[in-house]
Amino acid sequence: MVPLSWYLGLSALLFTIGAVGVFIKRNAISIFLCIELMLNAANLTLVAFSGFFGDLGGQLFVFIVMTVAAAEAAVGLAIIISIFRNRESLNVDDVDALKL
Amino acid sequence: MGNYLLTILILLPLVGAVALAFAGRGDGTKDRPLKWTALIFSVATFLLSLALPLGFSSSGGPQFETNVPWIEAFDLGVRYHVAVDGLSLWLVLLTTLLVPIALVSSWNSIHKRVREFLIAMLALETGMIGVFVAMDMFVFYLFWEVMLIPMYFLIGVWGGERRIYAAVKFVLYTVVASLLMLAGIIALYYLHGQATGNFTFDIPTITGDIGAGLFDLSTTQEQWIFWAFAIAFLVKVPLFPFHTWLPDAHVEAPTAGSVILAGVLLKMGTYGLMRFNLPMFPEASRHYATLIAALAVVGIIYGALVAMVQPDIKKLVAYSSVSHLGFVVLGIFSFTEQGLQGALYQMLNHGISTGALFMIVGMIYDRRHTRLIAEFGGLARVMPAFSTLFLIVTLSSIALPLLNGFVGEFLILVGTFTSNALPNAKLFGSLAALGMILSAVYMLWMYQRVIFGEVRNATNLGLSDLDGREKLALAPMIVLIFVMGIFPSLFLSRSETDVQAIKTRVNPSPAATTVAADNPYAQTDTSH
Amino acid sequence: MLATIILAPLVGAAILGMFGRRMGERAIALVACSAVGVSAITSFVAFFTRLLPDADRRVHEYLFTWINVGSFRSDFAFLLDPLSGIYILFITFVAFWIHVFATGYMHGDKGYWRFFAYLNLFMFSMLTLILADNFLLMFVGWEGVGLCSYLLIGYYYDRDYAGDAAKKAFIVNRIGDFGFAIGLMLLFLKCGTIFYFSNEPQGVRGAFDWAMAQATEPLAASMIFAGGLTTVALLLFVGATGKSAQIPLYVWLPDAMAGPTPVSALIHAATMVTAGIYLVSRASSIFVHAPTAMLIVASIGAATAIFAATIGLAQWDIKKVLAYSTVSQLGYMFLACGVGAFSAGIFHVFTHAFFKALLFLGAGSVIVGMHHEQDMRKMGGLKKYMPLTFLTMAVGWLAISGVPLLSGFFSKDEILYRSFTSGVLPEPLPKILWAIGAVTAFITAIYMTRLMALTFFGKERFAEGGHAGAASHGHGRDESHQSVTPPGVGPDEHEHHSGPPRESPKSMVLPLMVLAFGAAFAGYLGVPEGLSGGAIPNYIEHFLEPSIAHPAAAAHGADASHATAGEPAHAAGADHTTEWVLTALSSVIALLGIGLGYVWFQRKPLWEPPRLLEEKYYVDEVYDAALVRPIKIGSAKVLWKVIDVRIIDGAVNAAGYTASLLGSAMRYMQSGFARSYVAMVVFGALLLIGYFVIR
Repeated sequence: MVPLSWYLGLSALLFTIGAVGVFIKRNAISIFLCIELMLNAANLTLVAFSGFFGDLGGQLFVFIVMTVAAAEAAVGLAIIISIFRNRESLNVDDVDALKL
Repeated sequence: MGNYLLTILILLPLVGAVALAFAGRGDGTKDRPLKWTALIFSVATFLLSLALPLGFSSSGGPQFETNVPWIEAFDLGVRYHVAVDGLSLWLVLLTTLLVPIALVSSWNSIHKRVREFLIAMLALETGMIGVFVAMDMFVFYLFWEVMLIPMYFLIGVWGGERRIYAAVKFVLYTVVASLLMLAGIIALYYLHGQATGNFTFDIPTITGDIGAGLFDLSTTQEQWIFWAFAIAFLVKVPLFPFHTWLPDAHVEAPTAGSVILAGVLLKMGTYGLMRFNLPMFPEASRHYATLIAALAVVGIIYGALVAMVQPDIKKLVAYSSVSHLGFVVLGIFSFTEQGLQGALYQMLNHGISTGALFMIVGMIYDRRHTRLIAEFGGLARVMPAFSTLFLIVTLSSIALPLLNGFVGEFLILVGTFTSNALPNAKLFGSLAALGMILSAVYMLWMYQRVIFGEVRNATNLGLSDLDGREKLALAPMIVLIFVMGIFPSLFLSRSETDVQAIKTRVNPSPAATTVAADNPYAQTDTSH
Repeated sequence: MLATIILAPLVGAAILGMFGRRMGERAIALVACSAVGVSAITSFVAFFTRLLPDADRRVHEYLFTWINVGSFRSDFAFLLDPLSGIYILFITFVAFWIHVFATGYMHGDKGYWRFFAYLNLFMFSMLTLILADNFLLMFVGWEGVGLCSYLLIGYYYDRDYAGDAAKKAFIVNRIGDFGFAIGLMLLFLKCGTIFYFSNEPQGVRGAFDWAMAQATEPLAASMIFAGGLTTVALLLFVGATGKSAQIPLYVWLPDAMAGPTPVSALIHAATMVTAGIYLVSRASSIFVHAPTAMLIVASIGAATAIFAATIGLAQWDIKKVLAYSTVSQLGYMFLACGVGAFSAGIFHVFTHAFFKALLFLGAGSVIVGMHHEQDMRKMGGLKKYMPLTFLTMAVGWLAISGVPLLSGFFSKDEILYRSFTSGVLPEPLPKILWAIGAVTAFITAIYMTRLMALTFFGKERFAEGGHAGAASHGHGRDESHQSVTPPGVGPDEHEHHSGPPRESPKSMVLPLMVLAFGAAFAGYLGVPEGLSGGAIPNYIEHFLEPSIAHPAAAAHGADASHATAGEPAHAAGADHTTEWVLTALSSVIALLGIGLGYVWFQRKPLWEPPRLLEEKYYVDEVYDAALVRPIKIGSAKVLWKVIDVRIIDGAVNAAGYTASLLGSAMRYMQSGFARSYVAMVVFGALLLIGYFVIR
């Protein structure tokens, strides 16, 4: 049996990687992937606690998060594609005008 | 169908709006089918609404009731509760009547985004009917805010030059005020739920519990919630000094928008006062009656004086609305049966006569693209039919006996003058009666400058008189002006019971007015 | 039956209003005259078959309940009693003949149908006013006649002064109506009903029955605002001063002469302007309990009488002279009411209706004969050209001047006698009022003689300067009022200008003759008791008994519960010697006035009267400077531009500006730089975590 702290440690590691990635990356796709990473870090925590406390609520939440993530991916990618079409660039620093 | 009638009335215009949304754009010459669709839906709504007065029992109380749970989650207790009673019956009819008339009157004056215009009008109708028939505060508030959006677009898209300023001003004024009402609604909901254990937004239930003594607000609570509601309503009325959005909104709005704005939207404020403030917070109402009555009287005189010197006809009519609505508020806060009935009647009258005035202004605006009084003069010679109809509407607005305006205004004056609950009632009544003189001054002066005299401006010589469509749009208004002036009992008898209920509730003791006490003779009615 | 009297003119107005545009002149004239004719005949029938046989002398007719809210009730119901009976008789009679006259006078006018539609509508309103059985329905007619007067004064709508005069008339009347309305409400507050008399079958209680049961209030200035019967009476009287053109609200009537002459005759001489006297007499049971109000009514009446008469002395426009004469005569009638002689006032209304309508129609005939010239300076010697007009007008002239045995003599004499002997007012007021009345009678005789002398006698002055000479006299603002031609006289106009004055057509002369007959003999219905020594009974006074309350009866207070109780005060100790002396005196005054006027104006027809009189004491100018302009400028410059735009809207805009200022400061946080947002989020999260960790 893997102890709970290992899960939490991994989750923290994944989350930090994600957060730092969002900070330092300029490519929109990379940032997007890093956000997914953070979401899944949270998911991992939820599942771990769910197993630890024997409460199904945590796993239920994971499903909701996954659904939201999927929806977000769809919308986010669509936005990214539309930005790319207009700007020919994926650098987030280029799109600071708040309009196309 | 009786129970679903109101729901159908609410939804029918919305269905029309949705249908139009799926129709083609129809710019330019292809917009006729769209206009006809909108007109048919609004006329159908009107015809259906005729069932209300026909089936209305004069015993009063909520009728044509639908009352089903809506949001039960978290034990919120929101119910879809709609009904008409004596207060709202004629206002619903006024709404359903004015929308098709407004559509006809602006048949040829909207040139851009016709489809969206029609959608806005129909959506507006849904909102307005909803406000009047809502018996649940949640539903009331929902429709109250829903109504704002189409009106915002009507002013902001199809308005005049300063339309954006006017639209934003209108919305900000109203939203800020109605947020107070939202706070009031929530406070009332919470306090009532705490006191009775029954968490509900239901208006009759809360009113009933207050009346029955099951739910007592402390004086401070009552006064705060009273003002939360009152400010929302008084801004809408609008009472002096909250009135400055009105002239701007009216001047910028297109004709149809002005007709609806003056005809129906302003009545929501006074309707709200009668629906919420008087029955729910009788002590606070009495406590602040002097203040509000004083503001109302100031509004009557001030609105009239400012109207007198306006160079723009539409602005003149807008300020005259401030004056006329001051009468309504005064009537409400006289707490007498005559005052309340008069106020209710004056709401209808104002809807008819001011609506017609705005249509008339729109008609000359369509021809000359100006509304400045100085540009006109001598129209009697060029447009005789127009002048005649204009005269009738003008006279109705200055409350000539046998026309509708007189009955309402006079009842309000009598009610105010004889009021026992309102301090200084005689002074208020006399000062308000000054409005009678002033209204004659500004309306007749305007009429004289537009219609009489010689044609000074050569462009006016070529003006055409009213065509069939314009006459058709004005005809129902003219007929109502006479019918309501000569047979007011047709209308007043339906609201009698409910108005008496409000009066009894707001007055400290049942035998409140001495007039009623020592006058057994005049009570008997032999006409029915 | 009473409804028919009222509705016939309404039907006429409706027909003319809807179809008149497509009807010929003859058809229009037929409809209009027959509508009034039906009304007149029905009035006579109702009077003789319903009123006279009725024991109570009160015929009620109920149509429907108009307003019934709470305890406030008003019906469409009519009351025929002696007071309203007399009124409908002379109104419909005079109106019929004026209609006939107008068919000739308005010939060729393109607004023919409109004119008669308004005229019929006026008859409807006037008869409603008279026949109403409660104050609110009376108010309906009251405002209705005001409207018709507005429409008819402004009949020549493309003349600016007509529009101004119409508006002025309506607004000044509204000021009076304001008093009426408040008086009505106060009355309702006091007694809970606005019906005149109790009517058991309808379940209504009468205000007058209530008023008769009240104690008479003391004569004191403090009663004016006490909110009792005196206040009610005075508020009603404010209404009466508006409609009947008394000080301070008389200013509209002279301007109202901008309307066509038949209108001046019908509305502004014979009928509408006497509505105020009707109101005061109708409410006599209220007035007799309020001696303070009586005193004010009498004083205002006397003051108006002499004030207007002096102005009438100095006018050049033939219609203006008659207008001021009307104001003055109305003052007489109020004087009568104020001294408690209501029936004498009504009697004068009755005779005045004949001779003043006659004089106006005569003036109209002269104006038409002179090709629409109203300036008397350009007339003279017309008796040669218009003999019938001259003869009939001469009857009116002698009647109004008070020449013995003509109608005006009896009524005016009765008023003077009653003022002299009035027991209502404290001594020496009655004597002073009598003196004012006598002086007024003298001035009346002079200015009427002046009018006749300038118009019919002396040299012909119309050939002198022709039409173009009008401007050379330079009498300021009046000029534009005088040389006007009604529009639409159109094609005939040229022909008119060249020809000499000519006698008017039959349709115009016939009414003159009928009215002249009335002006001569109407007085015999009310020969003062003392004069004839009882040989000819004073029909009018006896007849009016049931409608009129007497001060003497009122003095008994609560026990005199009915309006009919008590005999006239003077009847008890009738002092015939005084009456004879006074009558002789007033006859002398009248003849002296006529003689003096004739001698003076025969010799110097163009004598320039004092400027102050010619400019009407500058009352219009004072009103304009003291009321109209301050209100207008104050509204525009202070209320609108400062309070509305600056202060209220300023506050609103300031709130909006503050919000947008705040926003423009905050917007620097919204750089659009995605990674700075992330930094903010992380920073915020760290802050929150830190807070919870440290806590």
